[in-house]
Amino acid sequence: MTNQNGRFGVHGGQYIPETLMNAVIELEEAYNKYKNDPEFNRELTELLNEYAGRPSRLYYAEKMTKDLGGAKIYLKREDLNHTGSHKINNVLGQALLAKKMGKTRLIAETGAGQHGVATATAAALMGMECVVFMGEEDTKRQALNVYRMRLLGAEVIPVTTGTATLKDAVSEAMREWTSRIDDTHYCLGSVMGPHPFPTIVRDFQAVISKEIKEEILKKEGRLPDVVMACVGGGSNAIGTFYNFIEDKDVQLIGCEAAGRGVDTFETAATIATGRLGIFHGMKSYFCQDEYGQIAPVYSISAGLDYPGIGPEHAHLHDIGRAQYVPVTDDEAVNAFEYLAKTEGIIPAIESAHAVAHAIKLAPTMDKDKIIVITISGRGDKDCAAIARYRGEDIHE
Amino acid sequence: MSNIKKAFENNKAFIAFITCGDPDLETTARVVRAAAENGADLIELGIPFSDPTAEGPVIQGANLRALTGGVTTDKIFDLVKELRKDVTIPMVFMTYANVVYSYGAERFISACSKIGIDGIILPDLPFEEKEEFLPVCHKYGVDLISLIAPTSENRIAMIAKEAEGFIYVVSSLGVTGTRTSITTDLGSIVSAIRENTDVPCAIGFGISTPEQAKAMAAISDGAIVGSAIIKIIEKYGKDAPKYVGEYVSSMKQGVLAS
Repeated sequence: MTNQNGRFGVHGGQYIPETLMNAVIELEEAYNKYKNDPEFNRELTELLNEYAGRPSRLYYAEKMTKDLGGAKIYLKREDLNHTGSHKINNVLGQALLAKKMGKTRLIAETGAGQHGVATATAAALMGMECVVFMGEEDTKRQALNVYRMRLLGAEVIPVTTGTATLKDAVSEAMREWTSRIDDTHYCLGSVMGPHPFPTIVRDFQAVISKEIKEEILKKEGRLPDVVMACVGGGSNAIGTFYNFIEDKDVQLIGCEAAGRGVDTFETAATIATGRLGIFHGMKSYFCQDEYGQIAPVYSISAGLDYPGIGPEHAHLHDIGRAQYVPVTDDEAVNAFEYLAKTEGIIPAIESAHAVAHAIKLAPTMDKDKIIVITISGRGDKDCAAIARYRGEDIHE
Repeated sequence: MSNIKKAFENNKAFIAFITCGDPDLETTARVVRAAAENGADLIELGIPFSDPTAEGPVIQGANLRALTGGVTTDKIFDLVKELRKDVTIPMVFMTYANVVYSYGAERFISACSKIGIDGIILPDLPFEEKEEFLPVCHKYGVDLISLIAPTSENRIAMIAKEAEGFIYVVSSLGVTGTRTSITTDLGSIVSAIRENTDVPCAIGFGISTPEQAKAMAAISDGAIVGSAIIKIIEKYGKDAPKYVGEYVSSMKQGVLAS
């Protein structure tokens, strides 16, 4: 549903320095050349299946379903992928594309560290150099992932500017890309930034909804009533939604990080509190003040702690096709613990935002209804931070 | 066509960039006057943005200091009104697309015209997106300045043909900041521009010494300096106007020697 210059309704576009224009044009041309190339797709499918472990399971959460007493709940287990999240889907695609383009170096931003770990992994596998920008605040919240990236041979650069979180890591990665373009591909981790990134990342993540659809038809003989996922920039959510967009009876729900609440300043819920703006290469909704200064957002989840949302989500919101709901830190932490105790699955704190909304929604639905929640990543990385949230200091 | 051509009429131009509100607006006013009195031909007034993705650490720091000090777009409009009582050289705003978009393009650009701002430079608004603001700029006679980079190559003709005011030639890859050497083949970029337009072009990014200013002005119509001035302001704070004046004078000599 992209039109020219990568617009989704009014959103998207290419608001970037002139220095980067030829780089994104070159990327778009390469992507258009390879996306339907049988050899490229064969290589990518082999990587996804043999290396990343796809397809991921669609698991019937029977205990959770019975406990909540409403709709039947399935979990799309992206947490079972190699590197522990959905991020690997996009990264393998982009790294392979970069390699075909003759690039030898990948740079990336990361929030929770999952995209950084995935990029470092792909770089190690494909023999490429890798530099990851990560907000200094996040390097503390996600120390384990910093170690993992370094173990994989990547250089991790802590970003100290601004709020020292995800948005600053994106800014710094963009700055780095303007200074070194020839051999470097910016492996953007979400469905955001300038065109063609929102389209490329969405296409590589669309495997999530493709598999959900195939599997649910096998298991239930029909489509689900609701598919839902957490939304920061929105890559696992768009992956979860994409192949259902034309199925108008399937409700699409994105769960935003409300932090301490949408009525406080400590929130990252863009649809709930943001307004239309231009930032990080795209027109979309952003948390900002009356003069357009980007707000210092907050969420317990480093991966959702971003003041914007991908342009395709902004458009799906505008046309009413998808619904976006805010979920607080407290609700997410409760859901994190709930899924661990109920199903023996420790979700990423990001994914726990979607679980939290399902806990509210499922009991209001009939037992013959079906909800699919994408568990975008696993929660091992979050254990120390959640323990701290509960007042317990553990050493990793 | 705005007032901007006046900056290039007699000689090669020296263009000074100053972040508004660093360390406070009163100092900014004195720094602008010092720059104008010491030979600056055009002033770029930076409206600070929270996340200036095209800036290096020096100008990022100035943006942060200014915003922390409580500067807003409205206060900067007041500053310009006050400056226009006696400062007659062309002045343009340099900021980011969201600052204009969020304020409302019509409201922002009509205000520019009213207070005497001759043009706008938006580093995150490439040729492909300029329609976002260009019709409003034309309506109010404010030039939307185009940038050309070392990577522009086959895009130079397209950008130059539609350029207005002046063309900002980015000397090097990367973000703003002083550099010890500039290795881009700027001569051929400027020739490619001149094949397509008579609009003057000035070179910026990385220039800090009179020798660099001389070399850049020799191959173009002027030199733009930002980070080197911001460093002086950062060092001297409220006492900066005197030192900026001396610096601008030395840089103008460099430009004139080209």
